[in-house]
Amino acid sequence: MPARVEAIGGVNRRPVRQRLLWTVAGFGTLALAACLLAPLVGSTRISLAAAFDRSIPYAENIDAQIFFVARLPRVLAAALVGSALALAGVVFQALLRNPLASPDTLGVSAGAALGAMMAITFGLDFSLLGISAVPLASFAGSMGALAIVYGLSTARRRGTSAVVLLLGGVTVHALLSAVIAFVQYLADFTQTFRNVRWLMGSLDVASYAPIVAALVPLFVAWAGFATLPRVLDLISVGSESAAARGVNIERTERVALVSASLATGAAVSLAGPVSFVGIIVPHLVRLIVGADHRLVLPASALFGGAFLIGCDLVARTIVAPLELPVGIVTAIIGGPVFLWLLFRRM
Amino acid sequence: MAAVPKNVAAIAVAVLIAAFTAGSPEGLRYDDTLARRSALVAQPFRAAPTDVPPRRIISLIPATTEMLFAMGAGDRVAGASNYDRYPPEAARLPKLGGLLDPDIERVIALKPDLVIVYDTQVDLKKQLERARIPIFPYVHRGLADITQTMRALGARVGAKAAADAAATRIEQQLAAVGARVAGRARPKTLLVFGREQGTLRHVNASGGYGFLHDVLEIAGGADVLGDLRKQSVDMSTEMILTRAPEVIIELHYSGEMKPEAFEAERRVWDAMPSVPAVKTGRIYLLDGQEFVVPGPRIVVAAERFARALHPEAFR
Repeated sequence: MPARVEAIGGVNRRPVRQRLLWTVAGFGTLALAACLLAPLVGSTRISLAAAFDRSIPYAENIDAQIFFVARLPRVLAAALVGSALALAGVVFQALLRNPLASPDTLGVSAGAALGAMMAITFGLDFSLLGISAVPLASFAGSMGALAIVYGLSTARRRGTSAVVLLLGGVTVHALLSAVIAFVQYLADFTQTFRNVRWLMGSLDVASYAPIVAALVPLFVAWAGFATLPRVLDLISVGSESAAARGVNIERTERVALVSASLATGAAVSLAGPVSFVGIIVPHLVRLIVGADHRLVLPASALFGGAFLIGCDLVARTIVAPLELPVGIVTAIIGGPVFLWLLFRRM
Repeated sequence: MAAVPKNVAAIAVAVLIAAFTAGSPEGLRYDDTLARRSALVAQPFRAAPTDVPPRRIISLIPATTEMLFAMGAGDRVAGASNYDRYPPEAARLPKLGGLLDPDIERVIALKPDLVIVYDTQVDLKKQLERARIPIFPYVHRGLADITQTMRALGARVGAKAAADAAATRIEQQLAAVGARVAGRARPKTLLVFGREQGTLRHVNASGGYGFLHDVLEIAGGADVLGDLRKQSVDMSTEMILTRAPEVIIELHYSGEMKPEAFEAERRVWDAMPSVPAVKTGRIYLLDGQEFVVPGPRIVVAAERFARALHPEAFR
């Protein structure tokens, strides 16, 4: 028997490696192209030569400031947020064994929204290493929600079934949404406006400090994701059969839950809730590369970043000089593309 | 038990009446386009005896509350909104909710003979009409609506002479501010209504209309977003850089901001050194409640804008 398993492993290994190479090369090129081209386009025309001209003092160089203050941080934020939400979506869908699961499902993004609403409504005024109150409170909120959901998942010793985790998470989400509504109710007129605007999402971060801050939880999340591809394949079939193959279900589920939640919290505190990326990118990627998580995870990370950079490019140019909230664009572009791919396959 | 069908019948009748009058000229009283044209469209509810001035007025909008006090009718105000802070007497009145959540039961329980509502408070208007309580619907768009509303409100509450005098005084004071800065170069000004504290994210600024836009123009500034037909504009970082305002006026509304907070919030703009206002240090943070209330204190707002824009005219 062991010889046979080895043989199957041997047969599978090479094509997967090759496909992984092709997948990463393909989606990587797309993501890289998006990162390089998107900063060149905007509501105004800039001269790249002037932007990189060292002879013009930076304080006088408007092209450089548009490139380095307005556009580059924004593209980087889009890349990070898009990839974090896509990865979290993949992991939640496998963990909860539900194709409708998304980074919003378990209440982590509702927790992030609650933190931001409280910071705006109660005028919290503090900062840490150049990060202002709203993103800090937002990340704290997402971690609070994670603590509740994690507590639920460990309440039973033998690991929690996907259904219990899903129902518990959805309930936490509903509960936090009600608290959000209550905080909104306490807000006065100008604060309500800012709350609503925050809820529409925005990638216009205007500096690098919030991006660097978001990288801290993202690194932890990436480290967690790196351990997951093979076991997620087994778990998404069913925890019994995964356990039969020697997977430590409990540990895997916790790593998956914590890393996906950290990625979600980092993304939402950086950009506000950007809908649709976390649910549509994983499915789009699966339609292209198949269900193997060794391919789906890296492809989703790369494609999620490229997708959100593209959507944000549309958002900031289509009604220039004004802008559309990026969440509207992700749904309007992503929805039809997804439907087209889905029905073409059928 | 009998009360229930009676209520249902009353509601049905009210709905029918509303349906039938909707098409008639009278039914157009609350039509938004008419209300927009002028605050003068405000008319007393049909059932009210118009020759008797109201004695128990409820004003659910801070601007109209301030107007009533300015025309000497403050002692007849029996209730106000949650957001009324000025004058101090108004802050002590029963608080009856806000634009989105008026406490209709308490409004009716105070037995008012006139309720000033914002024109978009449709449910409140219907319920007051059903309770046969006269209303004065109010809207504001531009600066001219402030004194127009004061005159119309004065006529409605039987304080016409005092209201006219107060309105004329406001117009004269605004004209005096305008005269003071007349003939001076009008700097391209970005009037910021709000942003995320400590960062330049979610900057929301005055567009090409609205009372604060009008006040800015009177005070001798040229709105840098004046070409956009929006009352407020969500500005991207790129847009701030390309519009290159010469002066930035940033409004805060608490009325109790500390000096060190001013300095910290001012420094946030240093991230965009190519903006002329940043280069020359012409960033003014103004803190005061008069900037949110389109009422009589608009004169104070106009003068504070003018002093920031043209300090040399006030030496």
